[in-house]
Amino acid sequence: MTGDMTALQLVLTGDPGLFAIVRLSLLISLSAVLLAALVGVPVGALLALTRFRGREVPIVVLNALMGLPPVVVGLAIFLLLSRSGPLGSWGILFTPQAMVIAQTVLVAPIIAALTRQTVEDLWVEYRDELAAMDVGPGRRIMTLIWDARFSLVTALLAGFGRAAAEVGAIIIVGGNIEGFTRTMTTAIALETSKGDLPLAVGLGLILIFIVILINAMAWAIRHAGERYAG
Amino acid sequence: MINRRTVIVVAALAATILTTPVCAQDKSIVVSSTTSTQDSGLFGYILPLFKEKTGIDVKVIAQGTGQALDTGRRGDSDVVFVHAKSAEEKFLAEGEGVKRHPVMYNDFVLIGPKSDPASIKGMKDVAKALKTIKDKQADFISRGDRSGTHIAELTLWNKDAGIDIDKEKGPWYKSIGQGMGAALNTAEASNGYVLSDRGTWLSFKNKGDLQILVEGDKRLFNQYGVMLVNPAKHPNVKKELGQAFVDWLISPEGQKAIANYKINGEQLFYPNASDPSA
Amino acid sequence: MRAAASDLPLMFVEASIVAREVTILDRVTLTVTSGAPTILIGPNGSGKTTLLRAAMGLTPLSSGRITWGGRNTETPSKSAIMFQRPTMLRRTAAANVRYALAAANVPRGQREEEAAELLALVGLGELGSRPARRLSGGEQQRLALARALARDPAVLFLDEPTASLDPYSTKAIEDIVRAVSARGVKVVMSTHDIGQAKRLAGDVVLLHRGRLIESTRAPEFFVTPHTEEARKFIAGELLV
Repeated sequence: MTGDMTALQLVLTGDPGLFAIVRLSLLISLSAVLLAALVGVPVGALLALTRFRGREVPIVVLNALMGLPPVVVGLAIFLLLSRSGPLGSWGILFTPQAMVIAQTVLVAPIIAALTRQTVEDLWVEYRDELAAMDVGPGRRIMTLIWDARFSLVTALLAGFGRAAAEVGAIIIVGGNIEGFTRTMTTAIALETSKGDLPLAVGLGLILIFIVILINAMAWAIRHAGERYAG
Repeated sequence: MINRRTVIVVAALAATILTTPVCAQDKSIVVSSTTSTQDSGLFGYILPLFKEKTGIDVKVIAQGTGQALDTGRRGDSDVVFVHAKSAEEKFLAEGEGVKRHPVMYNDFVLIGPKSDPASIKGMKDVAKALKTIKDKQADFISRGDRSGTHIAELTLWNKDAGIDIDKEKGPWYKSIGQGMGAALNTAEASNGYVLSDRGTWLSFKNKGDLQILVEGDKRLFNQYGVMLVNPAKHPNVKKELGQAFVDWLISPEGQKAIANYKINGEQLFYPNASDPSA
Repeated sequence: MRAAASDLPLMFVEASIVAREVTILDRVTLTVTSGAPTILIGPNGSGKTTLLRAAMGLTPLSSGRITWGGRNTETPSKSAIMFQRPTMLRRTAAANVRYALAAANVPRGQREEEAAELLALVGLGELGSRPARRLSGGEQQRLALARALARDPAVLFLDEPTASLDPYSTKAIEDIVRAVSARGVKVVMSTHDIGQAKRLAGDVVLLHRGRLIESTRAPEFFVTPHTEEARKFIAGELLV
């Protein structure tokens, strides 16, 4: 990818370097969101539906974790995955996998907290009816998650937006290695510091476009949800 | 339809993504080097040549010299390639590296605005130029990040110009704690002076009003050395692959590749692996 | 038919519910036997809803007991309730009924057909594929009734099912209640509409401030009530 070409030229000529960066960014953030959902949705749903003493504590903690500073998460994962750290034998520092892990840690609390809120609100609505129909706990969770699916997908999109936009965590654990762990956000950071502003701006525009696309999708899904389920 | 099957497929996909690197460990090494070397574009030129010859992927983590050495100390890189001889020798003395080989040198240049408030343009003595900058209290941007460039800058102040810069600095001396590109950007934005390696300067795209004002002083020469991280201390280091890289850099082939790297027809790095005193 | 002989009579024995120092049910003793509908009447706040919920096991008693068929048991699976303001699941009308059938362990293959039958029974045959939340108030009430009937109940509890409905929808619900009762389902229904009580009742139970005031067969209750409160209520006076 020659820095001399403007970003527009790069996009129009289908520059492989540029598209490799975009592809990696999407792949990492998507994987992180999926993993975060696998963890976050059940945790959020369970927290919404179980009653125990001191239940407010995990709820407050979860809400607080939504504001985890990405660089702090990056630092923590870095220390864990460093070869002189406890998980060093995994050998995945400075790889995309480490970046996925860091973003999963960032996004999972968001998904869990939003799931908890959504499921709890729906539970308040459904509670009597489900009890009257004698619905067991297993089926209850599935029903709430399924009926709340549009809101949950919106939560996933929120998580994806957060992952796609962050740079602090992935630049630390990924090392911003050219052709290997360089994403849109880390490339923007690098190109800006090198003074290649046109390229940085170009990447930034692509990133903004993606963010707008995500928000449009979220709107469309909510809209479809209302039309379908009323 | 999000049913059980979809969830399982998605989970499997995510798991595959997570585990692929474990499979793709193959032939690759991590080299911690400096941002100025990276920014000069040298790696973009020589690494493909190395890969073609040996099939080894070189992943470069570009940091300040201090950080690059620390990465080696943690065993997170296999090879360290920086340009701060005293720091490298300390690294060796700690038993963190195997052997230091000189590889090449480039030079630093003193950059400043066209308006040249300290009137140092064309000076042959860089120490005198720095002293003049201090006396005139002209804005000077320092990288302040323990990088090779930063260490070289401090040496020029403290040793060559006889100024204890830590004590004698004033608001005119701006230490930004970032890389060469950021320092150049800051200098351009504030019409300040800055010490830069020639490579980064040549490829810098935001030159604005800045230009080279002082160059050629022998004290501005910048020596690079390469070391294999000590596998005795860090068993995870890929020692054969790492050594292959070190060997190639100092081999006639590698040295020729380094010399061939040019920006706008200008050679940036001068190979000197054969110089035992380097 | 449905009323397993062992489910009824449903008996409340000194059933009380006290919450935050407020007595909602006050030592209610009542026997509900199979046959024509039992109608609970009384002013708002008299405990009608709570009594129904307690029977369904949704609200626990503070003291006393509820027995089914003479045994101390939990609510039998063959009972169902329709709430005053039913909540529609966020899916189509037919899907709501299918859900209730699934919860009642009806095999997957039969659900679609039975759902269609139930929808037809409550007069929603054409609206199966509409999102339930977009049905009108009366339609939603009828859908809730279909859901309740999906459980093939022996006893059907209805909490003021027509309170917010127009006369047309009210008649529709009452017709279904009569039809269902005629098929042997025991209906226990609350209402504050005396006219409705007169139209549907086999037995009338008057509640006031959580206490059972009177429980009599319908014709007798309206002509010769035994208690002063009953007389006042029938005359349309406010019971305070």
